[in-house]
Amino acid sequence: MNIELRDPNTIMKLSRLGSFHQSKLSFLRSFLSEFKDWDYKRDLFNLDQNGYGEAVYSFKKKNRVYSLVCFANEIKDEERSDRVIATKWDAAFTLHDGIPTKEDIARLKNEVPKQEVGRLSFKELTLSRANKSVRVFNHVVESLSEGKQPDLELLSKVGYLYRTTAVYGSGKFGLADRFRIKNREEINGPFRLEMMLVYLVRQFTFDQVNHVAQHKNPEKAVKLDEQICKNLGIGNSTGLGMAPFIVNHPTLLNNWILSRETALKKIREIKIVENNDSELFIDCVKKSIKNITTWNTDSEYQQNKIRSLLKDVEKFLIYIANDFNFKTEYPFNKMYLWLEQNTCEECIEYIVSIMMEPYNSITEPLVANMSSDEDKYFNIPTNRTVQELKKIIETRYPNILDINFDQKENYQNFWFISKNKEEPRLADRFQEHGAELEQPLAIARDIKKLYEKLLSEKDDTIIAQFLSSNSELRHVVRRAFIIEKFPYSEIQDNTIGKNIVPIDMLRLKLSFFGALKFDPRSDKWLRICMFQGAPLPNELKNYDEQWVYKANN
Amino acid sequence: MRSLSEIETAAKRASRAVGLSWGNSEEVGKSIRQLELFGFQGIKNLNQYYKEKNLKKFENLNLIEKKNEPSSEAFCPIILGVSFLDQIKSIENFETIQFKNIAYPVIFLSFLSRASEICGKKIRAKFDEIEILLNLNVNIYSNSTSQEFPKFANEIEINIVNNQDNFTESDWNSLYKLAEDTFVEESDSLKQGGAGAGLTDND
Repeated sequence: MNIELRDPNTIMKLSRLGSFHQSKLSFLRSFLSEFKDWDYKRDLFNLDQNGYGEAVYSFKKKNRVYSLVCFANEIKDEERSDRVIATKWDAAFTLHDGIPTKEDIARLKNEVPKQEVGRLSFKELTLSRANKSVRVFNHVVESLSEGKQPDLELLSKVGYLYRTTAVYGSGKFGLADRFRIKNREEINGPFRLEMMLVYLVRQFTFDQVNHVAQHKNPEKAVKLDEQICKNLGIGNSTGLGMAPFIVNHPTLLNNWILSRETALKKIREIKIVENNDSELFIDCVKKSIKNITTWNTDSEYQQNKIRSLLKDVEKFLIYIANDFNFKTEYPFNKMYLWLEQNTCEECIEYIVSIMMEPYNSITEPLVANMSSDEDKYFNIPTNRTVQELKKIIETRYPNILDINFDQKENYQNFWFISKNKEEPRLADRFQEHGAELEQPLAIARDIKKLYEKLLSEKDDTIIAQFLSSNSELRHVVRRAFIIEKFPYSEIQDNTIGKNIVPIDMLRLKLSFFGALKFDPRSDKWLRICMFQGAPLPNELKNYDEQWVYKANN
Repeated sequence: MRSLSEIETAAKRASRAVGLSWGNSEEVGKSIRQLELFGFQGIKNLNQYYKEKNLKKFENLNLIEKKNEPSSEAFCPIILGVSFLDQIKSIENFETIQFKNIAYPVIFLSFLSRASEICGKKIRAKFDEIEILLNLNVNIYSNSTSQEFPKFANEIEINIVNNQDNFTESDWNSLYKLAEDTFVEESDSLKQGGAGAGLTDND
């Protein structure tokens, strides 16, 4: 049986992308899988009694070493902010390529805590900072120093000791350009070094909290129980800065989505499903319910989504128990078709993610395809004709062409870069100033404009000629030729309309990171948790791959 | 040291700020990145060009002919570069393309380098006294050892080099003869047993 890949005009809608969940393809899971047999070490731990100072953690294999260099600093409560405009953080981190020398550490000590206004070198690969959840951190210190383990209910509500507020890579602030390291086999997957940084930061937070508790009361203090550590992750606050990324990297976006779609297609094409595989799948769905019931958020928008997800997953389990037989041919296809008919988008994508759990043989080769050599597709094939370009747009953007951009509500917003910290932002063009400096992120509007312009051109006009008098449309001409080859490279929605929910764009990216428990704090930023339930570094050599569904959170 | 990613982003945004379209600004970002990678002063020249652009009205050339001459001011290296890139497939068969008066020719150079990759041919360029070989956007070879590139080039000649050997037939034969010394002379038994197939394939 040949199953078609799902239609990009359905999958690439924001409401669907904003319903994606982590899966085996997610970067934090593929990072753990890649680095499980590397040697982990804490090389330096030079903190004072309050937990301030430096620490270095590393992963090593043969001659390759990656070192996380951590700087923990004292800040005042009023200085602690998750917003990108903050200038001080409880801790700052960089992932150094190799073993840092004393001179490196001295240099980094001066630069890393400054974050965006510091300068890194080609020897550094990623940069990040994090703030304590003061409430949880202090509670854990208090409890441990009195010889007790902390209140699990409080820990469960928050899920982490620290949350990062940005993780930078790929040439930002002087960090190494991607091209310097792209041929390394172990990082043949997107964001792998960013994931390494976050994973090692998680371990630092446990070591720091133990250290502070120990110094507070050396006689009585106990260490944080390893099982409790395991059920803590690293939080992350994410704002709009992440949203334009998926618009600015179309071939990369395509490769992420195409991998997911290919995995689903192959699973639906499995004729006979082995007992072990169906049992593993059902076990994961059942255990995952706890991830839903412990998903805390004050956001009404997300609460509604969680409620319908829970209701539909329960409905799905009843269907599986009573009306479904894994012994039939192509069972996952039958199951998928049922999901499409009977459940919400959030549930469809949730179950699609879990379908991948038994099938390493399908997902592992796909992980290697999730990067992109973007420069290869940058040049516009200017010898093609207007007729060909029109055809591409008609085929690939059918719903976009239906949007009426003469109506105010369809171009109400604009994307801009704020002068403060150079971060992308979204604003109402009729209420705020700055629309004349709009970023080229209104792809739907500009594609429609391009199409209308093409209608008045002769079909056999070549693109070079068209561009010579229409240079303002060049950025979307490029994109149209990219989508011809990469069908999942565009969001098939209006990113400047009145009703846009920008966190859908963030959610898409974060699901590929492997984040759990999306907690929207507004329609423009959210908090998430990463690595909750993940094996600790000393367990990596032999860990349960389905840890995501088995956290006692 | 600035990373190439920072260089590309800054060049792109600055280009937009001086009034280029987003698409053209993307091209400039990519080209300046490439210049800096090859050791040319991309950022410095772009910066100077944008300062001067406010004072002079550099000319745009959208359709490239065999001979191209501006009417008064020098050609804008960016619009000329983008046009060259876009039209490379239609102009690659011109034996020689001549331009008079290009401002900040090193910026134009980066577009030539990318055009070389697109058409799959080396490009020879002569900017007054400076001779340059653009090698499929893999590297740029110049007879000038100075990092400084002139602000203006008066006489520019471009040759798109047809793919051909860089050596004579006799050079090749001589070297090939040496290579043959690694081969084994085939005896009758080697002819029969050394290869997988039989001596005839009639069946």
